[in-house]
Amino acid sequence: MFRNQYDTDVTTWSPTGRLFQVEYAMEAVKQGSAAIGLRSRSHVVLACVNKAQSELSSHQRKIFKVDDHIGVAIAGLTADGRVLSRYMRSESINHSFTYESPLPVGRLVVHLADKAQVCTQRSWKRPYGVGLLVGGLDESGAHLYYNCPSGNYFEYQAFAIGSRSQAAKTYLERRFESFGDSSREDLIKDAILAVRETLQGETLKSSLCTVAILGVDEPFHFLDQEAIQKVIDTFEKVPEEEEGDEAGEGEAEAAAVAPAEQGGAGAGDQDVAPMEM
Amino acid sequence: MTFTIPIENGDAGKVAEAESQRTLYPYVTGTSIVAIKYKDGVLMASDMGGSYGSTLRYKNIERMKAIGKHSLLGASGEISDFQEILRYLDELTLNDNMWDDGNSLGPKEIHNYLTRVMYNRRNKFNPLWNTLVLGGVKNGKSYLGMVSMIGVSFEDDHVATGFGNHLARPILRDEWHADLSFEDGVKLLEKCMRVLLYRDRSAINKLQIAKITEEGVTVSQPYSLKTFWEYSSFHNPTASAEGSW
Repeated sequence: MFRNQYDTDVTTWSPTGRLFQVEYAMEAVKQGSAAIGLRSRSHVVLACVNKAQSELSSHQRKIFKVDDHIGVAIAGLTADGRVLSRYMRSESINHSFTYESPLPVGRLVVHLADKAQVCTQRSWKRPYGVGLLVGGLDESGAHLYYNCPSGNYFEYQAFAIGSRSQAAKTYLERRFESFGDSSREDLIKDAILAVRETLQGETLKSSLCTVAILGVDEPFHFLDQEAIQKVIDTFEKVPEEEEGDEAGEGEAEAAAVAPAEQGGAGAGDQDVAPMEM
Repeated sequence: MTFTIPIENGDAGKVAEAESQRTLYPYVTGTSIVAIKYKDGVLMASDMGGSYGSTLRYKNIERMKAIGKHSLLGASGEISDFQEILRYLDELTLNDNMWDDGNSLGPKEIHNYLTRVMYNRRNKFNPLWNTLVLGGVKNGKSYLGMVSMIGVSFEDDHVATGFGNHLARPILRDEWHADLSFEDGVKLLEKCMRVLLYRDRSAINKLQIAKITEEGVTVSQPYSLKTFWEYSSFHNPTASAEGSW
């Protein structure tokens, strides 16, 4: 995207019917580190890459518990993400207090989307620079939604956002049809494998990723490092394993996809502003 | 719904605009409601009377109404406040329907919403002068609860309001059991309503029985109970209590 005379204000349309400020906000999401979500009929798994500013600092939190039955993973301006998570927690708890019942996730994402839309139609505001993967339950089971700075929201079986998310999306596109009936363990495994895709050859360690899960009979919680490492160990034993192994397959495909990604993603990386993670 | 408590005069007591706008006492009132859980859901009984003090003024008041797809609300106390509550619930269920997303407010949610409303009004010293009975069935689970005008709320297998608490509940405690059939449930309710008819001066002999199951709500046509006034103790009521009337 290049600078043009219609991109100063969010309240200025371009002659081709675009709101450039909104589109720039969506760029901010693409610069953040990857976040992945996938769901079966009864469970939702959220996973993200832990990226730290420097070796001295800890990594930023990108997955938040909103309620026992709703969690959110963010990518982009984490400060905006934190504020929106607080809003979601507030909505959720107010509903629980009034109705003694969990807020259906589908209704929460609409509230969130409406909040984001307001920022696209006020000259004194700016759009939120964060994409949210909201996973949660309602009466019809588990759902995964993606909320965009534009105020749009979409429901997904599986999705990935942030930098190098295309690699994860490609992996998920191949497998998503089976997710609906996946077991809880397979879902977690697929999430971690998808995270691995975004790492582009870097060895996958449990310290590099955060995974959280929620389900129909399982309140939202993070998986601890041990549990994650155990799953990693099942496919990352020795890189030169036999072909029949999941790992072998995964490795070969990752190698094929990686070179294609490197070109675009590499350049993007240099422009990551300090406030984005 | 947001509840704000104005603190204009710094007077924690009477916070409504002017004295004349607070509820001080009820005017047109309904008497007891009795409700029980049974095999397929909940049964609720009420008479159709609206008393104006000691006058049995209105004899065609429906004090039980269906709420949404899954609930039934019965009210005793001030009839106009009951109608106000129905308006609140109308708005609530309308908005719930407009979501059109497969989720709906069940009896538990409605009960808790009403508890919040009643308690918040009580805190403002401007109560809705009702005792509400909320019954319903959702996803095969029966629910029966009660909220009073001061916001006391609870769930139980059988509930009653007003005089029903004193006259009907003892009968229910003895004779209610889980998985009552529809016929047995109605017989049990009629037994309670008959006692109330004999002993509660604001009761009239025109009652309705409402049933709520997974399929929905049905409110019966009004009918009367057969009464017997020839008990020997009715002939000389003060025989064992000289000087009383």
